[in-house]
Amino acid sequence: MSTTQATALVAAREIRVKLRDRTFLISTLFFLLVAAAATVLPPLLSGGPASVAATEATAGKLRAAGLDVRVVPDDRAAEQAVRDGDVDAAVVSGPAVLAMDEAPDDVVSALSTAPPVRLLDPDAVDPVVAFLVPFAFAFVFFVTSQTFGVQIAQSVIEEKQTRVVEILVAAVPVRALLAGKLIAGTLLALGQIILVALAAVVGMRFTDTGGLLDLLTPAIGWFLPFFLFGFVLVAAMWVAAGALVTRLEDIGGVSTPVQLAVMLPFFAVILLNDNPAAMTALSYLPFSAPTAMPLRLFTGDAAGWEPLVSLAVLLVTAGVVLAAGARVYEGSLLRTNGRTSLRTAWRERETLG
Amino acid sequence: MTNVLRLDGVDRSFGDRRVLRNVSFDVAAGRMTGFVGGNGAGKTTSMRIILGLLAPDAGQVSWRNAPLTRQARRRFGYLPEERGLYPKMSAREQVIYLGRLHGMDAPAARRATDALLDRLGLAERGDDLLETLSLGNQQRAQVAAALVHDPEVLILDEPFSGLDPLAVDTVVAVLRERAATGVPVLFSSHQLDVVERLCDDLVIIADGTIRAAGSREQLRATYTVPRYELVVAADAGWLRDQPEVTLVDLDGARAVFDLAPGADEQPVLHAALARGPVRAFRPVTPSLTEIFREATQ
Repeated sequence: MSTTQATALVAAREIRVKLRDRTFLISTLFFLLVAAAATVLPPLLSGGPASVAATEATAGKLRAAGLDVRVVPDDRAAEQAVRDGDVDAAVVSGPAVLAMDEAPDDVVSALSTAPPVRLLDPDAVDPVVAFLVPFAFAFVFFVTSQTFGVQIAQSVIEEKQTRVVEILVAAVPVRALLAGKLIAGTLLALGQIILVALAAVVGMRFTDTGGLLDLLTPAIGWFLPFFLFGFVLVAAMWVAAGALVTRLEDIGGVSTPVQLAVMLPFFAVILLNDNPAAMTALSYLPFSAPTAMPLRLFTGDAAGWEPLVSLAVLLVTAGVVLAAGARVYEGSLLRTNGRTSLRTAWRERETLG
Repeated sequence: MTNVLRLDGVDRSFGDRRVLRNVSFDVAAGRMTGFVGGNGAGKTTSMRIILGLLAPDAGQVSWRNAPLTRQARRRFGYLPEERGLYPKMSAREQVIYLGRLHGMDAPAARRATDALLDRLGLAERGDDLLETLSLGNQQRAQVAAALVHDPEVLILDEPFSGLDPLAVDTVVAVLRERAATGVPVLFSSHQLDVVERLCDDLVIIADGTIRAAGSREQLRATYTVPRYELVVAADAGWLRDQPEVTLVDLDGARAVFDLAPGADEQPVLHAALARGPVRAFRPVTPSLTEIFREATQ
């Protein structure tokens, strides 16, 4: 049996076990619901056209503006309808607009003559969206790489803790074990991301009015390859961290550097996303590139060649970290007596037959 | 006989601690070789070196007269000392998985697993998660995991620990079958009575050195002093004055004595018959425990 076949068997087992894990299924479902809700709910909650009470005299104009008009006999009835909560607003003679506690902008604008507007930067993004989208990207990368990274480490530790690793290593090359775990983790994480992205895109398709989807699609498209390599980078660190300890309880002691490597870029992207110079730097740093570069593409700040360069940097870094992670994994996998120091794992690799 | 697993001059240290010194022994085809020694004597380290989980500092392991390769090791079956399988998988599923990792295709792995679980009395619980099984049943699953791919060599570290006497019998029977097909079986055990019952050959290790190795009969002969048991009708105290006899134990009519080297036992028997009826007269062979104690002193 070749190493490739062994890798496939290992990966298949990891995926099979994971797909039966109730926690995993529930968290995936939860993510999907959040993604769908985040895109579908806000337009629904803002509640369609405002309802307005008016006498027959002004009703025509309001109807023309697409409002939900309820015709009332006189101003008193109109005011009562507002007070009773039957309508959002009322138009009474004057004309004056009545509402309970919030000025009904759409009613006001239906009655006013708007001056012509000329947009100088028509692509600029709505400030709310401009805040939410970076947050969403950073959050998805952060949570997913963290969750699946920890799971990869746990799976490494489980095999050490139960000593099943001795049977495995006697049967297949260590690299097949490592590759199988990484491939399975990456496929599961990427699969979850793609499902979430699909849920978000479908949600927006149903409700989108402002062309947000057109703006987001290329960013999401770029996010996927960035996510893929970014995840391999993080996962390689988790594999090494997991291999250093023998008991699940000890994982805290080795996981801090890995956690920080993901957490610091997460906060940097969230806090600095309106600082173009900082974002340019972050979009080339391997740990923040998976979120920062798609964002710069989203806001239209990055030139066409930039994601390719950043992706290449990320790819090389992931390759180097993967090689280092593999060495630490091989150097510590069979040391089942407590914790292995990074230095021991690096230097004293057992030469396996 | 070429199907021999041979350790030749194996040394291994952990830091300053020399765990194995010049360890050499053979595990022959079709024979059950018991590997006995105290805690920390080097049994597990030797086995891990055979499996390629540890590298020897010096010396080598050969199989069929050639240095052992990774490809050859894949055809080995191994039951590690500190055991464990995946707690969240069923016994059946993981035995199939391990069979496939050893190169079996899916249908063959499934057939072999079903047959083994059935043979080991685990068929009914085979689909339960491993963590829900009793320790004895987990141990049966571990044995199945070592045997599923029909190994060419079996290396079993304490295969009987945690098994009740009936389960020991079942596992012993399965291992004997395997040995009978020409597979060399190396097993370690603390239960010397089980080793005594089971082994054809014996390797005794203490402080990282091999103290004795060979067939059970050979070792018996080596460690046997000419010792006899005599049971007569009346008191056997007269043996004390018999020439070339050293009394070891006397209990009324029953006596155990050693003869001087080269002395013939028949004159003693004649002397006993001259005094009255003889109920029993037989050579006493040392038990494994005695051989072990002798060899490791």
